[in-house]
Amino acid sequence: MTAPLLAQAVHKRFGGTTALDGLDLRVEAGHVHALLGPNGAGKTTAVRIFATLTRLDEGEVHVAGFDVRRRPRDVRRAIGLVGQSPAVDEVLHGQENLELFGRLLGLHRPAARARAEELLERFGLTDAARRPVATYSGGMRRRLDIAAGLLLRPTLLFLDEPTTGLDPRGRADVWAMLRDVVAAGTTVLLTTQYLDEADRLADQVTVIGAGRVIAQGSPAELKSRLGGDRVSLSLPQGASAEPAVAALVAAGLGPVEVTVTQPSLDDVFLHLTDPATLEGAA
Amino acid sequence: MNVLTPARESWLMAERDLRHWRREPWTPIFGILFSIMLVLVFGYLFGGAVALPGGGDYLAYLLPGMLALSMMFGVESTMSAMATDSRKGITDRFRSLPITGVAVPLGRVGADLLNSSLQLAVLMAGGLLVGWSVDGDVGDVALAVVVLLWLRLAVLWVGVFLGLTFRAEGALMAVQVLVWPVGFLSGVIVPPETMPAWLGAVADLNPVSATAAACRELFGNPTGLTDGLLADHALALALAWPAVLIAVFVPLSVRAYRRLGE
Repeated sequence: MTAPLLAQAVHKRFGGTTALDGLDLRVEAGHVHALLGPNGAGKTTAVRIFATLTRLDEGEVHVAGFDVRRRPRDVRRAIGLVGQSPAVDEVLHGQENLELFGRLLGLHRPAARARAEELLERFGLTDAARRPVATYSGGMRRRLDIAAGLLLRPTLLFLDEPTTGLDPRGRADVWAMLRDVVAAGTTVLLTTQYLDEADRLADQVTVIGAGRVIAQGSPAELKSRLGGDRVSLSLPQGASAEPAVAALVAAGLGPVEVTVTQPSLDDVFLHLTDPATLEGAA
Repeated sequence: MNVLTPARESWLMAERDLRHWRREPWTPIFGILFSIMLVLVFGYLFGGAVALPGGGDYLAYLLPGMLALSMMFGVESTMSAMATDSRKGITDRFRSLPITGVAVPLGRVGADLLNSSLQLAVLMAGGLLVGWSVDGDVGDVALAVVVLLWLRLAVLWVGVFLGLTFRAEGALMAVQVLVWPVGFLSGVIVPPETMPAWLGAVADLNPVSATAAACRELFGNPTGLTDGLLADHALALALAWPAVLIAVFVPLSVRAYRRLGE
């Protein structure tokens, strides 16, 4: 099976600024793949190029097996896009929004209505279905926006910073929803600045900076790459550390409790996006 | 699943705009009230002081001008709707759907033309109530309505281009201010022949002057024109000017829409 997303050496410049400088990315089917990076790293540009909204200057991008430049319509049929700010019509009701997008996607009116109701139910918006979106909370709008991205059961769902600006309750809702989406067989490419989000949700993480990949792997791999595991010991009361370590080395008196912790993804992120590290990679 | 035709996609887009007006009817209603207010202000406050070249009743001169002006002012609502959709990311949502790109502006065109037809009907009925008389046959009146909507169509594409190109709220305000001098520097309210010669010449060249003059002829109302190009060829100019605007602004709009993907 072809990878839902395959990007090779993607370049994009806006005027004098380089947004993407040879980005490579492969997203495997069934994965949640997180694109992690600081502001201005090129995450949004990458997603917009993958979703056919922005033209790329150089390189190759295939989504669901289709070239984004030659077959944009086929790509659009295979994807759902949830941008950084909810792109729903505020004057219309939640239900009307989903029906409109469903019908534009080619569903007949009854099918669009049924699918809209199903998604509203799934995302806990049934009670608000007939209220103008202008009255929705930030979390509700985001849920409606994600529902709109799922109307056609896309092969690949793009989520550009889906929890930015949400309160903890809203974030937890989006996370729970995302797990459902993946369980239903959709592959997800998610951009985020929140490391705990990538850590919790992603099977694969690609860290990008200055428009190219600076690290890639599972969250555990990325963390183990940074200087190995740390071992913290809790010793019996009164025992001093030195003989305890010596004893440990001699495999004598065992510690009462040993916790093995890894550096957090925050450490990885800060290390990788450190200007000194970026320079070393260039 | 079926594959939609561009016409059906455009209709779905237009339906969305019509829902907007049903949900928030005050914008179009205010637009109509505003035009009625202008008729009352110019017809009764200023009208007594205006003597038409060639004679005739000022209200009968003013009404067709106001119809043309309300078509021209439609540029604001078109631009505002296009710019708001771009700013709020809805245009990007549409662009990420497997629909034809022209459905987005075509839907807007369909909805705005419907809205303007309704506006024309209300204004013409209001005009008849305050004593505007129409002295043309049904064919002439129908042709006048076509001429007015033809101007609206041209202005619509100007609005689509402006809305796609200048998305900041400040740009809309600039247009809302600029339509006044552009609208008034015409034969809509005051006959250009009463202006200083050079200013009158500029006013004659305003496309909205041609539409107003052609409608006056078709409705059998005084034109305020005694000679000149506009007096002889009002209808031809009223058809030609919008055609020129359309020929310029449709390609510009298409380019602006493509540029969203740069």
